Amino acid sequence: MNARTTRRLAAVASLPLAALLVAACGGDGTTSTPADGATTSGGAASEAAAPDAADTSAAPSDPASAPTGDAAGDFPVTVASGQLPDTTDLVVEERPTSIVSISPTATEMLFAVGAGEQVVAVDAFSYYPEEAPVTDLSGFEPNLEAILGYDPDLVVASGDPGDLVSGLDAAGVPTLLLPSALDLEESYDQVRRVGAATGHADAAEDVVAETQANIDAAVADAGDAGEGLTYYHELDPSFFTASGDTFIGEVYGLFGLENIADETGEAYPQLSQEFVVEADPDLVFVTSGDFSASPEEIADRSGWGEVTAVENGDVVVVDADTASRWGPRTDEFARSVADALVDAVPAGR
Amino acid sequence: MSTPAAARRPLAATLTGGGARPRPGRRALWVAAAAGLLLLALAVGVLVGPAGLTPRAVLLELWHAATGSGAASGLSSQQEAILWQIRLPRVVLGALVGAMLALAGAAYQGVFRNPLADPYLLGVSSGAGLGATLAIVAGGSLAGLGLPVVAFLGGLVGVAATYALGSSVGGGARSSVVIVLAGVAVAAFLNAVQTFVQQRYDDTLRSVYSWLLGRLSTQGWAEVLTVLPYVVLASVVVLLHRRVLDVMSVGDTEARSLGVDAGRTRLVLVLAATLGTAAVVSVSGLIGFVGIVVPHAVRLVLGASHRTLLPVSMLLGAAFLVGADVLARTVMSPAELPIGVVTALVGAPFFVVVLRRARLR
Repeated sequence: MNARTTRRLAAVASLPLAALLVAACGGDGTTSTPADGATTSGGAASEAAAPDAADTSAAPSDPASAPTGDAAGDFPVTVASGQLPDTTDLVVEERPTSIVSISPTATEMLFAVGAGEQVVAVDAFSYYPEEAPVTDLSGFEPNLEAILGYDPDLVVASGDPGDLVSGLDAAGVPTLLLPSALDLEESYDQVRRVGAATGHADAAEDVVAETQANIDAAVADAGDAGEGLTYYHELDPSFFTASGDTFIGEVYGLFGLENIADETGEAYPQLSQEFVVEADPDLVFVTSGDFSASPEEIADRSGWGEVTAVENGDVVVVDADTASRWGPRTDEFARSVADALVDAVPAGR
Repeated sequence: MSTPAAARRPLAATLTGGGARPRPGRRALWVAAAAGLLLLALAVGVLVGPAGLTPRAVLLELWHAATGSGAASGLSSQQEAILWQIRLPRVVLGALVGAMLALAGAAYQGVFRNPLADPYLLGVSSGAGLGATLAIVAGGSLAGLGLPVVAFLGGLVGVAATYALGSSVGGGARSSVVIVLAGVAVAAFLNAVQTFVQQRYDDTLRSVYSWLLGRLSTQGWAEVLTVLPYVVLASVVVLLHRRVLDVMSVGDTEARSLGVDAGRTRLVLVLAATLGTAAVVSVSGLIGFVGIVVPHAVRLVLGASHRTLLPVSMLLGAAFLVGADVLARTVMSPAELPIGVVTALVGAPFFVVVLRRARLR
């Protein structure tokens, strides 16, 4: 199995794992000196941030996430670290110049906001964009010494396994925790936090605005093609899925699609096969990668021949990375859903 | 062991074959009762599931299929597919896996005179687990073989290593204690290798984890047909030795004086039980608890005679796993629980009840 395949698998595998980690760690971890909090202009408490969704594109200075006002370089800066709304304040004293990212999604965000030149090392699965300095660092089993070996002045991670954060804290290195985002708004907020922590707050706003605009355009192009259709998003052949209650499901929801897993009330449930077949989804989305089933394999599954999506040939492969990373490429995922709807639905209706 | 002591300490007695031995008539009664319980479990397994098939419609459908007559069941084509291609094979597979694990457990416990022996001793499970992990990690390049085949081979390698190690110890080569200790060492080693591989390829953790917890999801009848010949072969071999197992339960020396080659018999039984276990484990993942608890529950109630123990364990093992799978499928419906979790969660309290009742007697 080649390295690229391995990485794709990682993208898929990381979703529920990340969710587990988030639940387990309770979003706690970073410690920062409260006294420093006063030094920043907008170091407000992080409560107000999340819920108010739609209008954030019009609100460039969200108080919690983009604390620094104007120029890309007002340090020290206080950034919210961890999962909204239970974040902790992280103080970055100076503009970081040697960032280590052990989260593929964070790596995409760092490069998207223009902080790529400040990044000295990224984990083994951070292979996008291509210029990212890939190392064999692991985000699942982070090795504190290996990370410190790059002499970082900021570490970005998606979880805190093995007390990574307190270890880095002891070494005086700030860690920005960006756990698997629960919805699109949180992913936008994370982009803003990455921008603020690296001195690219304005660029981060642009990235968010562009991502939103692209998603809106994809939704507009699909029109009402997806309205009321049901879908099943398969993460792996043991019927792990992402429900509508995830940022993945949120994207599908923008197209009016209904997720068959919603009644589980879980974000990433493992469904029983009987249930999937009986739910009879109009569309099946399966993520790319060697370990995922191909449309042919899905059609060959015993009993699946009667499923509407299989009957109509509407089993769609979506890129495992853009469909699992809550980063600045979510618009590409939205575009692939739009394309699938435009292609698939005439056959289905 | 004297009879009064056995009466006071039924647990110890059961391990040495000193338990009550039901008369032939009663034995038939117990076997019939166990068979009835299995039928009940099968019926529930077929009638209950996360899909909203009404029991009435399922019965009509089955009746129609069996007799070619009767009213239309009113099932949709998806529901028909669910019944015939997903649920039925799963129930049958559950019965085969449960029967095999319980039978193998009873056989191992008898062969090694060790109450903790079960299909997962002797390196079978750790070998299969390592095989499965390697297959998952290797992904595409091992796809030609498939996870079940690699897990199966791993299970055989595990037990072969155990046996080779046990034999190499020399004088005690065929002693059950040496073999069991060798099994512990081999299992620990294989588990360590598996953990190492998992850590190196942490992106596949979830898939490996999912398999290790055990899972009765099928691709239809394929798994049933794969497993069936091994289960039949293993069952026939073990059941044919039911009297020899009773003889062996008194000890190797005594067995030899009665004309039984304990060493050879042990090898044959271990191979048969392992082959069957490796086959079912390779399709279902690691489902713990059945092999150790079902035979003990039967022993506590019916005594240790293998002539009753083996068939009743098989039937109850099958019923137990089919029932556990019903829970796995429905408790969190439409999400699914790993069946290994259910067998332990349900099996442990059940076993405590049996244990208490047996002690009170």
